[in-house]
Amino acid sequence: MPDTGLLFWMLVIFVTVLAVLAKWGFPVITSMVEKRKNYIAESLELAKKVDEKMAALSKEQARIIGEAREEQNKILKEAAEARNNIIRQAQEQARDEAAKLVAEARTQIEAEKESAMSQIRSQVAMLSVNVAEKIIRKTLSEDKERKELVEKMVEESLKLDPPAVKN
Amino acid sequence: MHRVTRYLLLALSVLMLSAPARAADAGKDGQQVDIKTMLFGHIGDSYEWHITKIGDKDIVIPLPVIVHSSTGWHCFMSSKLEDGPYEGLYCAEGGKYDGKIVEKDADGNEVRPFDISITKNVAGLMINSAIVLLLVLGCARWYRKHDVLNEAPTGIAAVIEPVVNFVYDDIIKGSIPEEHCRKYAPYLLAAFFFILVNNLMGIIPVFPGGANTTGNIAVTLVLALCTFVAVNLFANRHYWKDIFWPDVPWWLKVPVPLIPVIELFGIFTKPFALMIRLFANIMAGHAIILSFVSIVFLTVKMGPAINGTMSFVAVFFGIFMDFLELLVAFIQAYVFTMLSAVFIGLAHEGEGGKASES
Repeated sequence: MPDTGLLFWMLVIFVTVLAVLAKWGFPVITSMVEKRKNYIAESLELAKKVDEKMAALSKEQARIIGEAREEQNKILKEAAEARNNIIRQAQEQARDEAAKLVAEARTQIEAEKESAMSQIRSQVAMLSVNVAEKIIRKTLSEDKERKELVEKMVEESLKLDPPAVKN
Repeated sequence: MHRVTRYLLLALSVLMLSAPARAADAGKDGQQVDIKTMLFGHIGDSYEWHITKIGDKDIVIPLPVIVHSSTGWHCFMSSKLEDGPYEGLYCAEGGKYDGKIVEKDADGNEVRPFDISITKNVAGLMINSAIVLLLVLGCARWYRKHDVLNEAPTGIAAVIEPVVNFVYDDIIKGSIPEEHCRKYAPYLLAAFFFILVNNLMGIIPVFPGGANTTGNIAVTLVLALCTFVAVNLFANRHYWKDIFWPDVPWWLKVPVPLIPVIELFGIFTKPFALMIRLFANIMAGHAIILSFVSIVFLTVKMGPAINGTMSFVAVFFGIFMDFLELLVAFIQAYVFTMLSAVFIGLAHEGEGGKASES
């Protein structure tokens, strides 16, 4: 049989222990442990979120780098194109210029040639007139027909080359 | 480590070899060693705390005796009882109240006064409770003084916290609905630590330990009573309905309330089983260890050869049993707490569903 005295004391002691521990003991420990557990859980959650953010950031970074590289490529390509264009244009211009110069030179040469030809022609005409005059002067005194001939010749030469005669 | 083990083994061997000699000393007066008295003397309660016997002198710690007899209150140290009756009170020898303080009534019969003495077990309970309080409040103090978010527990907190966590997370949260955990956790944790410390202190054979507290039915009775109160005082409607109007065929409950009566008994048998389980396990453990030790003294008369061998066997098994008792100390605390939690959980069954309905 349980002893009354021991029963009494056990009841007193255990209830006291229980009261003290329930007031100042276990709630402190469990709440603190809970608090820490929550904190750890939150930290883990936060770490996960940060991780996700980092992943997103690095993705974004990669995307930006890719974009920049593309841009660079585009710019380089455009620059190359522009350069090619400029070169081509310059070449074309140069070619045109050259062609123009050649054409001008040609026309000038033509004109020079023309004027030279006409000078030569008039010179030749003068010479031939002079020669003819000398020949005619020699024969004019002998024949009356000579006069006719001269007239005929003058007319002919006038007909042939009026400006040269005018000169 | 190896060196420590070697020294320990050497010391043990010397002790074992000298044990028969001591035993022979004890038994040389020709008197038979009274195993039964010795055994129950160690397991039972007493008015003084007997530590050892050196020669013919008993080393005892006297404890206060508080008695209300027919002549009023008496309060004195137990050492006063050594020399016969004191203030009409004396320790009964034999009979119904063997070893208890009694007085003689008018007819010369021995009657028991109202006795709330601080006996060995009460003193043991006080010491063990102080240890429990020291441990748990020390841990709580650490938490109050430190920032729990920045520091890992050190010292006493590092010892107690994992145990609290283990009990709280594994036993309490596993058995009791979440919303009631906080309410019951202090009781269950206190019961766990109280039983564990008392069990462990019971294994220690010398002074602050050695009181057979959890192996005493009065102690386990109070613990079981607390569980009984915790279960039934705050039980919900569903629990009571299951007892008085369970879901069984009607003829099992209408003319003769067969199942309700059984269920009603169940209310009492559950804590009763808790009480007996803890008491029997701890008491049996102590009894077995004491029995092994007794073998040393019992075999003295069989000659040194048998005595020596048996002593060796007895000490070996004693050590083995002590290790087993360490395990049992924990297991019984665990089982008591877990079953209490399960019973409390049963008293709150079906509440989650109701809460979600409303």
